Amino acid sequence: MSDNKRIDEPTGTETVGHEWDGIEELDTPLPRWWLWTFYITIVWALIYTILFPAWPLVERATAGVLGWSSHGELNKELAAADAKLLPIREAIGRTPVENIPNDPELLRAAVAGGQSTFKVYCVQCHGSGAAGGKGYPNLNDDDWLWGGDINAIHYTIEHGIRNPDHDETRLSMMPAFGRDGILTPAQISNVVSYVQLLSGEGKASNATARGAQIYAENCVSCHGAEGKGDRVQGAPDLTDAIWLYGGDRDTLVATVTNSRQGVMPRWGNRLDPATVKMLATYVHSLGGGEATVVAAAEPVPAAGGAENVAP
Amino acid sequence: MESLTFKAFGWLGAALVAIIAIALSADQGFAIHMAIVAAAALLALAATLSGADYASVARGILKTPVDTGRYDDDPIRWGVIATVFWGVVGFLAGLYIALQLAFPVLNLGFEYTTFGRLRPLHTSAVIFAFGGNALIATSFYVVQRTCRARLALPGLARFVFWGYQLFIVLAATGYVLGITEAREYAEPEWYVDLWLTIVWVAYLAVFVGTILKRREPHIYVANWFYLAFIITIAMLHIVNNLSMPVSLFGSKSYSAFAGVQDALTQWWYGHNAVGFFLTAGFLAMMYYFVPKQAERPVYSYRLSIIHFWSLIFLYIWAGPHHLHYTALPDWAQTLGMVFSIMLWMPSWGGMINGLMTLNGAWDKIRTDPIIRMMVMALAFYGMSTFEGPMLSIKAVNSLSHYTDWTIGHVHSGALGWNGMITFAAIYYLTPRLWNRQRLYSLRMVNWHFWLATVGIVLYASSMWVAGIMQGLMWREYGDDGYLVYAFSEVTAAMLPMYLIRAAGGILYLAGSLVMVWNVWLTIAGKLREEKPMTETPYDAAADRPLAPQPAE
Repeated sequence: MSDNKRIDEPTGTETVGHEWDGIEELDTPLPRWWLWTFYITIVWALIYTILFPAWPLVERATAGVLGWSSHGELNKELAAADAKLLPIREAIGRTPVENIPNDPELLRAAVAGGQSTFKVYCVQCHGSGAAGGKGYPNLNDDDWLWGGDINAIHYTIEHGIRNPDHDETRLSMMPAFGRDGILTPAQISNVVSYVQLLSGEGKASNATARGAQIYAENCVSCHGAEGKGDRVQGAPDLTDAIWLYGGDRDTLVATVTNSRQGVMPRWGNRLDPATVKMLATYVHSLGGGEATVVAAAEPVPAAGGAENVAP
Repeated sequence: MESLTFKAFGWLGAALVAIIAIALSADQGFAIHMAIVAAAALLALAATLSGADYASVARGILKTPVDTGRYDDDPIRWGVIATVFWGVVGFLAGLYIALQLAFPVLNLGFEYTTFGRLRPLHTSAVIFAFGGNALIATSFYVVQRTCRARLALPGLARFVFWGYQLFIVLAATGYVLGITEAREYAEPEWYVDLWLTIVWVAYLAVFVGTILKRREPHIYVANWFYLAFIITIAMLHIVNNLSMPVSLFGSKSYSAFAGVQDALTQWWYGHNAVGFFLTAGFLAMMYYFVPKQAERPVYSYRLSIIHFWSLIFLYIWAGPHHLHYTALPDWAQTLGMVFSIMLWMPSWGGMINGLMTLNGAWDKIRTDPIIRMMVMALAFYGMSTFEGPMLSIKAVNSLSHYTDWTIGHVHSGALGWNGMITFAAIYYLTPRLWNRQRLYSLRMVNWHFWLATVGIVLYASSMWVAGIMQGLMWREYGDDGYLVYAFSEVTAAMLPMYLIRAAGGILYLAGSLVMVWNVWLTIAGKLREEKPMTETPYDAAADRPLAPQPAE
């Protein structure tokens, strides 16, 4: 260090006179724009802390002269959103779910609200496009386990499937034929051959003949003599090519051996009635919705699921 | 000889304690960590015993005769190599997790390779291993030169280097094993925290000791920043990691704080890790290497004083802006925001002082790729310290929070500012530390500069687009008053941006590999034959005296 102030030639500025390992420092004053911007941010900060909650005191912080709070703002926004939706939600709440498709205005609002709700609560299992996956039904096709008219869909959503703590839940219990020793592995193999024959795969053989016998003794009561299933009991149709868990031989053997007990939560205790109706209307609108039996009896023709109203 | 015996028994004792801890360990992760500690202690023992005069053996290899007339540069040489090594590790981890976001199958189905475990590996590798080694090495270099004094406590300085590497290994293996406190940038568990505390206090002792024995009457501004960085990180580290271990032989602990207090403590730490590790520490590097490389005086002594103290004072209060619109009380959110706004100019003071130091040497941007890196570093520093206060404004934050905009902001600072200034410092240091005439290749520095710059541009711009898209899609309401998009749909929409980001990462990593090559060959003493960066045109015809005109 040498206390030698000197004028730096390229800039014409005096140095401070310090030197470290060859590094000197110029005595340039603070840039004015820098200093003034700094002052302005400080003044702005002071004003802001007067307007908004800021200074912590002994008991609580200052509330700010504007009276603003994040909770207050949130509540105001929620209230405004609720107020905007209130008339249509009330109208949906008043209207029986099977009549919603008959009113274009209600239908549009219900499908929009249902779609939004679906994206929050249902996509985790049924997928964003409602196409389902293994163990989770596709809601776009016209294959329904428990019924595809809007009332049936509404009931399923409201009460769920296999909710043990709820009496009105959809409940079907296929026995675990193999695990519980009702059928031997050989018998299961035969009945699976027969089920594949029912669904149009494979040829008739001794195995399918034995399987038909076992089917008649064990399966007919739910799946029906022709294997068409029974929506009242939630028993799937075995003759179509649609399988919830898969239609290959190994999967069918696993299904018959252990049974499947898929669960869907009930939404009647989590969502308000209008939202459940909107969900039902949205699912009904996806393409596979069936005409309501009740609505068909009324003079107004049921719009039903033929209409593709999903945006 | 007595001291050798004493040392050897010390290392043996440490290894035995670690082996006993393995036997008593409550969980497998702790046992593995203690095995690493035991191995480290045995390595130290072997090094101690391999020769009573081990130090002179090392000097023989590194060709540096002990000479109190020279600076103590061994730990700095190791630090430069460690910085380069951990940098590549960290960039590679970052590229891998960027690809995981684009292609989730790369999680590979093992718990050890999931995004959740590799992400802290990436952040800690780049911040603490790459950045930390760069800071320790450059601080030892700068403090000696600007104090005109050899390192105080040279043995402790070596302990700091190796102890810090042990910390890095324990932290990194812990993340992969699933040992974590789940505090961002402070994930290591209690015993690793205690170890780092010991190392850090030793670091403080070496640094302050060297300043105390300085031969200069004044302390240079770079050392103010280094000292602020070391002291504040010590304070932040200790407070944020206060916790109670479940067992003295187990790897699990619980935080001393709960709920929103815990969150605020964490982000008081997290923000100041940015402020004092990645800002103050690297500003210290800037204050030495920029004037040295530019061979110009620092622009303004007054500005350095004012912006130093205002930065130090204001930064420490800005943490709550990480918790806007959470359970944190409104008043704390307000203060976090206004302090962040006031921080804008103090942050820019460093940029001005760095850039304007080039007054009178602006032509070097054209001719010197190291200066070019420094200028780009300062430009990104200025950009991200403008972006930071902007993102802290609640109205902006309500859009940007939880989106990839934050990731882009962090990386424009980390890749642009911290990365570039560190690369520049490494290129400055390597020929000087190994007594080479110059770098192996200056043109390869230029390649590194362009690869890194284009990489950062791809990274930052794709994350801006991704972040703003996410913010807008999450809050988009349809005409009927309902949210339009499912979260999964927003995630799916990010794929193109994630691919661009990964491409940026590839370029940045490629640049760092060019640096590895260049540094390696420089240390090996090779010089690349290449055209210089500029050739001043030579006009032979003009290069002659004016012939005297004969009088008429």
